[in-house]
Amino acid sequence: MSVHPGRAAQRSRTVELGMPTVASDPHRHLRGTESFPAAAHKALADTQLRRNLGHATRTIRAKRAGVVSEVDDWEELRRAGEAIKADTMARLPELLVELESQVTARGGVVHWARDAEEANRIVVDLVRGTGADEVVKVKSMATQETGLNEALEGAGIAALETDLAELIVQLSHDRPSHFLVPAIHRNRAEIREIFLREMPDVDPSLTDEPRRLAMAARAHLRRKFLAAKVGISGVNFAVADTGTISVVESEGNGRMCLTLPETLITVMGVEKLVPTWADLEVFLQLLPRSSTGERMNPYTSTWTGVTPGDGPQAFHLVLLDNGRSNVLADRDGRQALHCIRCSACLNVCPVYERTGGHAYGSIYPGPIGAVLSPQLTGIDGPDDVNASLPYASSLCGACFDACPVRIDIPNLLVQQRAAAVDAHTRPTGQDVAMQAAAIAMTTPGRFKLAERALGVGRVLAGRKGRITSLPWPASGWTNARDLPAPPAETFRQWWARTHGGD
Amino acid sequence: MRIAVVATCLGDALFPRAPIATVELLERLGHEVVFPADQTCCGQMHVNTGYLDAALPIVRHHVEVFGRALDRGADAVVAPSGSCVGCVRHQHAMVARRAGDEGLARAAEHGAERTYELSELLVDVLGVTDVGAYYPHRVTYHPTCHSLRMLRVGDTPLQLLRAVRGLELVELPDADVCCGFGGTFAVKNAETSTAMLADKMASVLSSKAEVCTAGDSSCLMHIGGGLSRLRSGVRTVHLAEILASTDRGNASADLVFDTAEVGP
Amino acid sequence: MDVAREEVLARLRSARDAGAPPTPVVVPRKYRPAGRYAPGSAQAVARLDETLTDYRATVTRVGSEADVAAAVAAFLGSASGIVVPPGLPAEWLAGFVGEVHRDTPPLTVDALDHLDAVVTGAAVAIADTGTFVLDSGSPDQGRRVITLVPDHHVCVIRAADVVCSVPEAIARLDPTRPLTFVSGPSATSDIELDRVEGVHGPRRLDVVLVGALTRS
Repeated sequence: MSVHPGRAAQRSRTVELGMPTVASDPHRHLRGTESFPAAAHKALADTQLRRNLGHATRTIRAKRAGVVSEVDDWEELRRAGEAIKADTMARLPELLVELESQVTARGGVVHWARDAEEANRIVVDLVRGTGADEVVKVKSMATQETGLNEALEGAGIAALETDLAELIVQLSHDRPSHFLVPAIHRNRAEIREIFLREMPDVDPSLTDEPRRLAMAARAHLRRKFLAAKVGISGVNFAVADTGTISVVESEGNGRMCLTLPETLITVMGVEKLVPTWADLEVFLQLLPRSSTGERMNPYTSTWTGVTPGDGPQAFHLVLLDNGRSNVLADRDGRQALHCIRCSACLNVCPVYERTGGHAYGSIYPGPIGAVLSPQLTGIDGPDDVNASLPYASSLCGACFDACPVRIDIPNLLVQQRAAAVDAHTRPTGQDVAMQAAAIAMTTPGRFKLAERALGVGRVLAGRKGRITSLPWPASGWTNARDLPAPPAETFRQWWARTHGGD
Repeated sequence: MRIAVVATCLGDALFPRAPIATVELLERLGHEVVFPADQTCCGQMHVNTGYLDAALPIVRHHVEVFGRALDRGADAVVAPSGSCVGCVRHQHAMVARRAGDEGLARAAEHGAERTYELSELLVDVLGVTDVGAYYPHRVTYHPTCHSLRMLRVGDTPLQLLRAVRGLELVELPDADVCCGFGGTFAVKNAETSTAMLADKMASVLSSKAEVCTAGDSSCLMHIGGGLSRLRSGVRTVHLAEILASTDRGNASADLVFDTAEVGP
Repeated sequence: MDVAREEVLARLRSARDAGAPPTPVVVPRKYRPAGRYAPGSAQAVARLDETLTDYRATVTRVGSEADVAAAVAAFLGSASGIVVPPGLPAEWLAGFVGEVHRDTPPLTVDALDHLDAVVTGAAVAIADTGTFVLDSGSPDQGRRVITLVPDHHVCVIRAADVVCSVPEAIARLDPTRPLTFVSGPSATSDIELDRVEGVHGPRRLDVVLVGALTRS
């Protein structure tokens, strides 16, 4: 076995010009504080969380299955989506320059940010330049990743999240647990409690009827929207050949943020690009059906630079690297950059359904998050929490089937497991066991001997024929499952007895 | 047809009834079965745990052993395991290419083209769905993830089960959801694995089946180990064993096995 | 020189070229470019009626432009003040007795907030998804804000502008203008992932479909 000490760590310390680097994570939104099994332990014991997640993911899975089955060219659309994103990655620097020139030509201003701090600094300076002390925000993974809200707060600027689920998370001082529905871990009764507690002017007779809760959010935010001077958004798709930006949403809070303020600041990860306007014909079919399970989401806004007389008259686009170049440098792993954040892989994942998003420690949870988080921030030794994320999967493959752009997530998980093993700075117990097994498995004589050693198991099993308790780490198995006694005769012994030879 | 059998490391050492049943079934159908005795393991555990460098010699060994079997006249390779065939078909070449061994990758792809999971071999290659089995029990089928999503065996196992005389096939609710095994996942994330297992067992029990079958001993070890711990009275049996059973009794009944009730 | 720009681009170039030179990707576009029904056909319009209704828009079908005014008036009911884009055909409002504010010169947000409804046309509608697209550069659709702030939107869609599929719609649109794809009234799925209608955008959405009443 070849162990490459701290390959990832070395990479992360490389800051030469032009060398890919891992993401900066000033507010720890990409890397958790405990390993996945430890975090999952708490989540699994939370019966309310389990119920909320089970209900929500079952609902969305059924909706998605229904609207996907309506589309008879779904597989062709997936293949096109996959290829368009692969094409984008193959031409990413050139396409970004094209996007920049188109946006600039239409009156927008393009900024480049190497990492999270730089992006935050750019945005804070832009907001300060307007004199505003409050901004309205439409849900954006990129600004969650950089911790922009904390950075704004540090500069004395209040950032108001306007997406309903994001508002729930913000009001309850919680962390998001899902791409699409950051408050998926909360049920209606809990949301009512949060609103009653945290909304200053809420109607005290508020019920837990979802419609009433949505109305409460409308009332809470409406004045803010109508008076907002600065809006901040993310991007679903940016079109290189036209400079067009699109935001896909449901509530109309996005339209409010994109239309009413005088200044619009949009932050996008560099991978959110598609080459041409026509490519949207693929993604506007794939995304809504995969994410909210709708034929089309209620609102999709597209705009190009600044339009005199309509909408914000100042438009800034911040292009964020923050570790993406590091992901792009891995020829297989770069597929993770194809992700359009639909969250279908979360909704179908049996692990996510049971542990929820917080167990992943990153704002990118679920199967794609278990790949992307360690890719973006690196794996620093065997004890890094990031090293546990790629193992947070049974590799059942449901994520690949659901992925609208056919990201081979199970394979990427295996590749990240390999990266975790490569990052072992010292041999672990697992390394030793795996190495010993590998030697046995390439030496047929030793393999037979090892099989005979299993006879010990028959002693352990005794007369009851089952093993019910083993020492650590095998106790992980026997805590909940029996193990059968090894058979009196292995297959190869049977073969020799019945077919001769050996 | 001459068919080389992959006993699988788990089948060889812990669950020999599955490869034995595979051999007996294929022989009953008139085929010649060979057992390349140098075989050890496909390397799946190493690959799926991230030990891709350590997996390389295991993969090479498997490719060489079964490459020789094919060179010596075997027409096909069969394994009573969807996940082992999945590893052979989708991961062997990847491991080789990652190590820069294009020759091994090609040899792996060549071998993989003629390696089949048991139900694939029976239905897609040999063209049989009625294998003449008799199994008078109420059975539910769990489609293992690798059979379902890596190999896309579809309903071939169900076609085979439907043709078994005496067998009452009952539907497993949420059949396509993972049982929570996932190899080292079951130990590394034991609690999450157990939570998934609990739901799978609830589905099995709600089906009122006496027997839960599948094409992979590893998943059955997991589901059966849980059902055994619950003393549920439902047992797990590999698909090959059901297909090998006839009205002259269980094909492997003459074997010396533990007489005690064993979970899986 | 923008140091960050140069560095990001240099990193991305070196990352993209890592290992091997980039290979051009050919995108397989084997999906349907067109829908099941011809644009403007009775079947396409009927399907649009279904999908709009499915997402809680209220649809009235009329045979010709002459019937639009009555349908619009019926939807507006007792609304007292409405906003319309500068170029909305005056005939469409002939049956409405309340106050009509043309958005020229542009109304303030505050003024819009005091109006009951907005009436617009649409650039194109997509039958498969129950969507219509507003093009802010079109005189009968107007600035984005006028269809956002009032709580009730009445949209008049001509059969000729109805296509079946998303690709057909994308091909008809001008990306340099601000566009809004609307599919039903404002909604959210944020509470237990179930869709409820009515959040920040117009909570009531009514559509008048003009023409193609009979199967051609």
